[in-house]
Amino acid sequence: MAFKITINGTARSVDVDGDTPLLWVLRDVLGMTGTKFGCGMALCGACTVHLDGSAIRSCITTIDSVGDSKITTIEAIGATPAGAKIQKAWLDHEVAQCGYCQSGQIMSASALLAGNAHPTDANIDDAMSGNICRCGTYPRIREAIKLAAQSQAKEG
Amino acid sequence: MIHHRIPSCASYADLSRRNFLINSAVAGSGLVLSLSLPFGQGKAGGTDSFAPNAFIRIGTDGEIVLTMPYVEMGQGTYTSIPMLIAEELEVSLKQVRLEHAPPNEKLYANPLLGVQATGNSNAIRGAWKPLREAGATARVMLISAAAKRWGVDAGSCHAEAGEVVHAPSGRRVKYGELAADAARMPIPKDVALKRPEEFKLIGTPAKRLDASGKVNGTAIYGMDARPPGVKVATLAQSPVFGGRLKSVDDAAARAVKGVRQIVRLDDAVAVVADHMGAAKKGLEALKIEWDEGTHAGLSTQDVARELEQATLKAGAIAQNIGDADKAMANAATRVEASYQLPFLAHATMEPMNCTVHFRGGECEIWVGTLAIARLQAMAAKAAGLPVEKVMVHNHLIGGGFGRRLEADGAVRAVEIAKQVDGPVKVVWTREEDIQHDMYRPYWVDRIAGGLDKDGKPIAWNNRFAGSSVIARWLPPAFKDGLDPDTTEGAIDLVYALPNFHVEYVRVEPSVPRTTSSSRRASLMSWRRPRGRTRWHIAVRCSTTIRERRPCSIW
Repeated sequence: MAFKITINGTARSVDVDGDTPLLWVLRDVLGMTGTKFGCGMALCGACTVHLDGSAIRSCITTIDSVGDSKITTIEAIGATPAGAKIQKAWLDHEVAQCGYCQSGQIMSASALLAGNAHPTDANIDDAMSGNICRCGTYPRIREAIKLAAQSQAKEG
Repeated sequence: MIHHRIPSCASYADLSRRNFLINSAVAGSGLVLSLSLPFGQGKAGGTDSFAPNAFIRIGTDGEIVLTMPYVEMGQGTYTSIPMLIAEELEVSLKQVRLEHAPPNEKLYANPLLGVQATGNSNAIRGAWKPLREAGATARVMLISAAAKRWGVDAGSCHAEAGEVVHAPSGRRVKYGELAADAARMPIPKDVALKRPEEFKLIGTPAKRLDASGKVNGTAIYGMDARPPGVKVATLAQSPVFGGRLKSVDDAAARAVKGVRQIVRLDDAVAVVADHMGAAKKGLEALKIEWDEGTHAGLSTQDVARELEQATLKAGAIAQNIGDADKAMANAATRVEASYQLPFLAHATMEPMNCTVHFRGGECEIWVGTLAIARLQAMAAKAAGLPVEKVMVHNHLIGGGFGRRLEADGAVRAVEIAKQVDGPVKVVWTREEDIQHDMYRPYWVDRIAGGLDKDGKPIAWNNRFAGSSVIARWLPPAFKDGLDPDTTEGAIDLVYALPNFHVEYVRVEPSVPRTTSSSRRASLMSWRRPRGRTRWHIAVRCSTTIRERRPCSIW
């Protein structure tokens, strides 16, 4: 059946089985390839998107569970204040290497910062521990989140 | 910043390397001139853009395109290589656009490897001179063109920030405006390279050129290729290496919404669908029966036992310093132990994938690979086509670690695509990616150490057994039972040992081949840091020696 969902502020309709993971709707049906496939089992975090502002794993989120919730993906996260700061900090701090996991990292970090302007190391660990980086960019991810939080503080 | 050549499928009716370069350049920005091709005439003819070599193309619109002979997988190659060229070309990194190199061993081979591959951590070493020369050559020709136009001595002109400047008169002209003239200049044979003290870019902390796309979702990896009309397939390969597909009941799979086709291969089955969700659901709905073959009972322990036994036989002598046997005989304490390094999968963040459009007489491939020419050759063989009929588009790589030096995934995708009408992206599930990785070899090291009465190590005997990746991947480099890759780390320990003897026994796992062209002759491949993982052995062994664990004498 057809499902109506809202992605990055735009209403979309997709005709797939209700148990189809959101990840494949985004990537293969709608052609939004910024959200990455890493494991399909919510183990790596590469597929992270926002559902009403919360970070979720799109690979295990079925399309019939989305309902009226608003989906935000990496393609539009820069339009949110926290997302823009995170992206800038990622560039300033040169976080990415191969970059394949970074969409998911940025989505998790943006959700964290949107809900917690001054995350502690423990907060960062809690929010980011589900996002794996095979290049090992974790130290820079942590520093970039702090950098983004500071830039947020400066702007008041 | 990085331009991806995904031209329309219809433009390759008459496919050849030459046409590919020209066509794709037209699709990009201006013409690639003949000199960048194997059939080059030694002079950059043409009337539009300027392409003095295979790495640089300057359009009359001022666009500067650099073709990357090495692949970006996180190591920064797409910043460091442009720095080498831009340094000598006298342009800023903000002025360049990057393209992935197409397969062409003649133009893009790593001079240190002899093949077009990104590996062995030597891209910068390989590129250091030739790519600076490429930039300098272009610069000299641009300066010559400007000097000719102005009627001044080329020696009175210099280049800076994408312009040629004649300081005495204050005149300056942009590279783009010189492109057509520069293309007609003779190509200088020897060009002077900058001295290190003249470097403006090299040695500076440049910002990565691939960074922005990686933070906003626009970076395109092989996984993200979407040629028009592409279907998505996922597959199950025989869970036992060497096994075959016996039967498959696909009734339930065919009933899954979005599933289009079931492809049967000799030792695998694939489900082709509108999207990966349907393909996975279809795959799970298949009732597959495998003929597991003669290796159904083979275990990791069996492999380890075979290697352990092999270390009892004499091997090829990889290193011999002093007289280890004699020193061992005189040692006050002797210790011996056997160590095993397990099979390891690469587990790249981006699971294996490859997109193929097989059109009968030609084949087009979208993939992220570290060895594009090798992949092209193997894909061509699988497709039953000459290599010039196989076009390969490279991509950013979501993790290499050696895995993407192998072309097994592309071969598999071609086999599937041959049965599919239209382009198909073959995506391995994570489970498939791990189970059917080409693992780092299992190695068994038997190591004996001798200590003098003061506890100082005086003798070292190491014999190890396992697979040689080089013997399969680059056979000429395997000589007299040895290759520098397999013995790396074993023959050059960080410890100074006066009596040091190392032997290697090559043992390839006894996994049978099947008739399928994709069935691997070997399951083993490189996994970073390759031979250097042997340092773990050395460290562990030194611990053994320090602990003076009692054991038999070798």
